[in-house]
Amino acid sequence: MKILTGNDLVSGDVIWWAGDGWSRQVGDSADVGDKGDDLARAEEAALRVVGAYVIDATVTDEGVRPAHIKDRIRALGPTVRPDLNLKPNDADAGNWVI
Amino acid sequence: MYRYDSYDQSIVDARVDEFRDQVQRRLTGALTEDQFKPLRLMNGLYLQLHAYMLRVAIPYGTLSGKQMRKLGEIAAKYDKGYGHFTTRQNLQYNWIKLADAPDILAELATVEMHAIQTSGNCIRNISSDQYAGVSADEVADPRPWAELLRQWSSFHPEFTYLPRKFKIAVIASDDDRAAMRLHDIGLKLVSKDGVIGAEVYAGGGMGRTPMVAPQIRDFVAEEEIISYLEACLRVYNRYGRRDNKYKARIKILVHEIGVEEYKRQVEEEFAHMKQLGLNPPVEELARIRAFFANPAYETGLNEAIDRADPAFALWVDRQVAPHKQPGYAIVNISLKPLTGIPGDASAEQIELAASLAEQYSLDELRVTHAQNLVLPHVKKADLYAIWQQLEEVGLAEANLDLITDIIACPGLDYCALANARSIPLAQKIAQRFAAAERQAELGELKLKISGCINACGHHHAGHIGILGVDRKGVENFQLSLGGSGAEDTSLGQITGPGFSEDGVVDAIEKVTDLYLAQRESGERFLDTYRRLGMKPFKEAIYG
Repeated sequence: MKILTGNDLVSGDVIWWAGDGWSRQVGDSADVGDKGDDLARAEEAALRVVGAYVIDATVTDEGVRPAHIKDRIRALGPTVRPDLNLKPNDADAGNWVI
Repeated sequence: MYRYDSYDQSIVDARVDEFRDQVQRRLTGALTEDQFKPLRLMNGLYLQLHAYMLRVAIPYGTLSGKQMRKLGEIAAKYDKGYGHFTTRQNLQYNWIKLADAPDILAELATVEMHAIQTSGNCIRNISSDQYAGVSADEVADPRPWAELLRQWSSFHPEFTYLPRKFKIAVIASDDDRAAMRLHDIGLKLVSKDGVIGAEVYAGGGMGRTPMVAPQIRDFVAEEEIISYLEACLRVYNRYGRRDNKYKARIKILVHEIGVEEYKRQVEEEFAHMKQLGLNPPVEELARIRAFFANPAYETGLNEAIDRADPAFALWVDRQVAPHKQPGYAIVNISLKPLTGIPGDASAEQIELAASLAEQYSLDELRVTHAQNLVLPHVKKADLYAIWQQLEEVGLAEANLDLITDIIACPGLDYCALANARSIPLAQKIAQRFAAAERQAELGELKLKISGCINACGHHHAGHIGILGVDRKGVENFQLSLGGSGAEDTSLGQITGPGFSEDGVVDAIEKVTDLYLAQRESGERFLDTYRRLGMKPFKEAIYG
């Protein structure tokens, strides 16, 4: 599947296109098919996102998983600061990245 | 320490106002990202992997307690409670909100700090020796020249859009603690017939094409240093390649046209510059130099250090360096706790370092290119009290220049350019070699890790260097041996095929085991490698 990601213009937070808006959770990502680039331009113009780009992802038992490690780290947060990533109570969260 | 005059303060304040307006226009859509990006970068604001990142300049790595405290306050108020000290003696915040950036810059301006020229194709923060002004072996304090260069290069209209970024280091000792010859220009202050001047080196750097800067002048009189550098920059600005960013650094120009031709052109330009009378007034250097006069050292101090506490004695032996003033010492504070993140410091740790500087170090701190801190003026009688306080916040690691004193870039955990994670690897290596006895047995061993070819982690200059690469979406690590960023500057050589994260830790153990087995009396790891060459190390690693 193709999913769309970028950073929130104001906060800089990593965000994922969820079909009807943006989410901080990669698991909410919607398949954008071939509409990703158009969506990115429209959302950037609407000042909701900056640096938006389309990536490949798969759906696994654990939810949506970006194809590349860089985007998995964007999705989770820094693997060396579990207290700051999106699953601070999951000691094994970092394994999802690798 | 240098203090802003009204001109310094006014240009920094004006830049804050200007950037506030630019941010506002971006937030309202009056500026597109394409229009805004070069403006934010000129103010040190990047868009990184997780958020905006702000890089704050720490000129030549020198800070007052008040400035350090402000860095901690900003970390607590606007970031997630910590900052990252970099290999260019700067500080980076990783979690900045765009709307907060102008307020942060305004707060920095209240303590004579800014983020100007911490990005972009301009002259970046001038770096220097963390022992400047306190080392017994220097010919002069290099900081007045570093400050003069800061003033010359700040908003220099001719050098605001260079072919590529430009980094300058200034040292004044035979011991190079600033990787001087791995900068675009390196200056080494020397004394010739009782006159101070500089040896000039040009065309060094790391990145994808590492080069050691050749010397292009054996002496430039102090009053002509600025004019000479102006000539160096002019030739680079005129002929540096703007068609290919990977070939745009001055090192490529010097390499392609040859050192002699580059020197010839610089001398020609320098002769022209001399006619223009652009040397800075000697009064200005004297004014700046006055800020760096020796502080009011006490005399008649006790030289003795009570070493009854063995953990304290170990720390003294490792972290404390000789000071030029009797009764004083230089304290190195390790930002490399064994389970920590190289270069990171929490707001609380930053606040403590500020307090220690104010209470025990004549209100002064230094940041090192090896991502550690220095208290430059400590009475030996105060060492134990300092150590106790550092212990309480986890900053009393005794590992300066040992295998666990690892330089590591933020890597793929934070950096959008990175291909692999540097920090988890640094932590694994630190854990493997954690035993103090083992570290001491290995002795000086500088290990440096970069998460990509841009080499922010200085891997080319590591006695042991590691470069993280992306191999079909999987992190892979290349090992190199024999680099040095010190006065014996050299570039490391790749051992062979790369490794997984665990594999490279094993390989390092094989390399260090061979060193211990083969070393001769007094040899550091680097010395043994240079004597034996790559072959036996390669055999030990790959069989």
